[in-house]
Amino acid sequence: MKRNVPLVVAFISGLVILIGGFIPREPFPSIESTLIDWFMIISGFAILLGQASLLHLNITRVKNKMPNWPYYLSGLISFALMLIVGLLWGMEQTPGLLGQGEGVVKFLGAKPFDYLFTNAFIPLSATMFSLLAFYIASAAYRAFIIRTFESNLLMITAVIVMLGRTSFAQLLTGWIPDKFSFLRLPELTNFIMEYPNTAAQRAILISAALGIVGASLRIILGIERSYLGGGK
Amino acid sequence: MTTFGIWLAAFFTLSIFSFLYKDNPFYKFAEQVFVGLSASYWLVYTIYNILIPNLFNKLGTDFRGNLVLLIPMTLGILMLMRMVPKLQWLSRYPMALMVGTSAAMSMLLSFKSDFMSQMAATMVNPFSFSSPVDIVGSILLIVGTLCGVFFFYFSKKQEGIYKIPSKIGIWFLMVSFGASFGYTVMARISLLIGRLDFLLRDWLHIIK
Amino acid sequence: MKMPERTVIERRIVFLVLVLAVMLPMLFPLGLKTQSTPLTQKVYDLIESVPAGAPVIISFDYDPSVITEIQPMALALIEHAWQKGHKVIATAMWPQGPQMADMAFNDVKEKLKSQNPDAKLPQYGEDYVNLGYKPGGLVTIQGMGRNMKAIFPSDITGKKYEEISLLEKVRSLKDIRYVISLSAGDPGLRDWIMTAKGKFNVPVAGGTTAVSTPGFLPYVSDQDQLHGLLGGLKSAAEYELLMGYEGSASRGMNPQSVAHILILLLILFGNIRAARKRKMDKLALEANNG
Repeated sequence: MKRNVPLVVAFISGLVILIGGFIPREPFPSIESTLIDWFMIISGFAILLGQASLLHLNITRVKNKMPNWPYYLSGLISFALMLIVGLLWGMEQTPGLLGQGEGVVKFLGAKPFDYLFTNAFIPLSATMFSLLAFYIASAAYRAFIIRTFESNLLMITAVIVMLGRTSFAQLLTGWIPDKFSFLRLPELTNFIMEYPNTAAQRAILISAALGIVGASLRIILGIERSYLGGGK
Repeated sequence: MTTFGIWLAAFFTLSIFSFLYKDNPFYKFAEQVFVGLSASYWLVYTIYNILIPNLFNKLGTDFRGNLVLLIPMTLGILMLMRMVPKLQWLSRYPMALMVGTSAAMSMLLSFKSDFMSQMAATMVNPFSFSSPVDIVGSILLIVGTLCGVFFFYFSKKQEGIYKIPSKIGIWFLMVSFGASFGYTVMARISLLIGRLDFLLRDWLHIIK
Repeated sequence: MKMPERTVIERRIVFLVLVLAVMLPMLFPLGLKTQSTPLTQKVYDLIESVPAGAPVIISFDYDPSVITEIQPMALALIEHAWQKGHKVIATAMWPQGPQMADMAFNDVKEKLKSQNPDAKLPQYGEDYVNLGYKPGGLVTIQGMGRNMKAIFPSDITGKKYEEISLLEKVRSLKDIRYVISLSAGDPGLRDWIMTAKGKFNVPVAGGTTAVSTPGFLPYVSDQDQLHGLLGGLKSAAEYELLMGYEGSASRGMNPQSVAHILILLLILFGNIRAARKRKMDKLALEANNG
């Protein structure tokens, strides 16, 4: 009951979708539409579950005064603040429980949710990922060492592509006559991306598609059960 | 308050950047604030964009007509039971429905778009092109795709004559990884440009 | 005070040089120009080919972490679509997408207003609409292919689907003339290609971060799975060039170019250092053995 019924549910839902893919006649399109609607609603609850888990984890850390607990507390406070202002006044054109909050908008220049989004969320998100630029620079100096023929091939391509995708490309190779225009950096970059890169990426896509078919069939037929988690 | 907002943004930006020197309280604070804001942002949007319009509004305006929505609502609540150790097994039902549905859909769609269409796109006549560059490129495309697929074929041991197409496949993959590296560098640098642009233009007004 | 290790000092020097390499061209622009490429031109031609009044979808499947690369694409594409008289429907597979869409619409409207204060600006509900965020990726897009109203019962203002004049004639994805997915990962462009194009034959074009671009190129073929691709800041700059203005992406190409040269130099110095170390290690080994 605890494991077999879910396997049957997965099998039936998968089978209906598969049959509906080949027989586009009623009742399959209706069942498919219903499943899609249900999928979206359940996804919403799945997101709720994720947030609840995160909250639970952080509350436990603060309650037990684990190392760095003041920082987790600040995380909880920012969570609560954004949640409250979002629910009370909504965001952009979406009204909240207290409407559009004209008074607050007049004071802040935007709804509190949007204010926090623009002045806290965007800078934090963008800056967090911009750190990667520094790591790639550091890795370029310390880790990208050419040793074999294959790594040579990788580096030569990288050099051509990196130069070809800059504004210097035209300057560096613009002097090459039209007869040999394919040797100009922008054209060479386009050639590499359009042909050898596409060939390799296509091979990866084809192989991955075969893998997805295999994995999906295993899930639908109940051979793959890892999504059920552990326990009886 | 706009000025305060810009200074707040600059504070968070510099706090994250301070990690480049070493880990410090400002970075830790900014990191946890980011986690908190991300989580609540997603929660608010889930409520306003999914649960209210697709579930509660429909049940509220026409309960009898949308009675069937009680099923996904119940399944959703069962999903939340994952938080309770003794009732975790109840979350398997909605999970199974979602996994079965998405597995079947992705199987059908990816087989068509990532296998059949890609195979068809590889079946080009290289000599139908007028330019020698396109002819050479098309030949490389066919050879590279076939050798690349061969490299990923693990059911037979790649030794002897089977090693040759596998080796060629690796070379094509190396070219692709080199191109990906070049593009990755471009992507990462772009992100840094954005932040420095904010600091110099919007915060310090050095750039007009 | 304990001195930091040599590797830590080296790393900090690299970081500082990178900041200077990006900052100096921003303060003192080099005036370098960019050129359009066929992939960008294809996206441009797709929008050009669709007549006025056509409903189109721009899907904002990204978050603020990639704002520098993708937001300029959004601005240029929206401006182009409005120029051609297309009715823009904004959707989002990522939760931050609706906010990015609103920011983009507002920024383009501000720009149009500043260029011509008397011109009639695009009206919400008539010229554009923001339908908000829905999870589910290809499952949701498949639902849109059957019935848009079932997936989006209302827009982000809470107005019902059937009350929005722009959406009168849009029953499903099949009524959409093209979809452009601005995508930072999964769910995103791949789902639109597989579902909107693969199942419902709606033309799809994409704007992605540079990281994802090489992986989408196989879809740009005679199978027309993808009608062109904007990949990264350079493509955003190319689109701005085609639109005839110099925006944030075009300005960003100067520091981008200098930073690329720096990265290449760092790889070169790193390899020279590694080669010298290997030589010294070899000599030391020979001295020990000999």
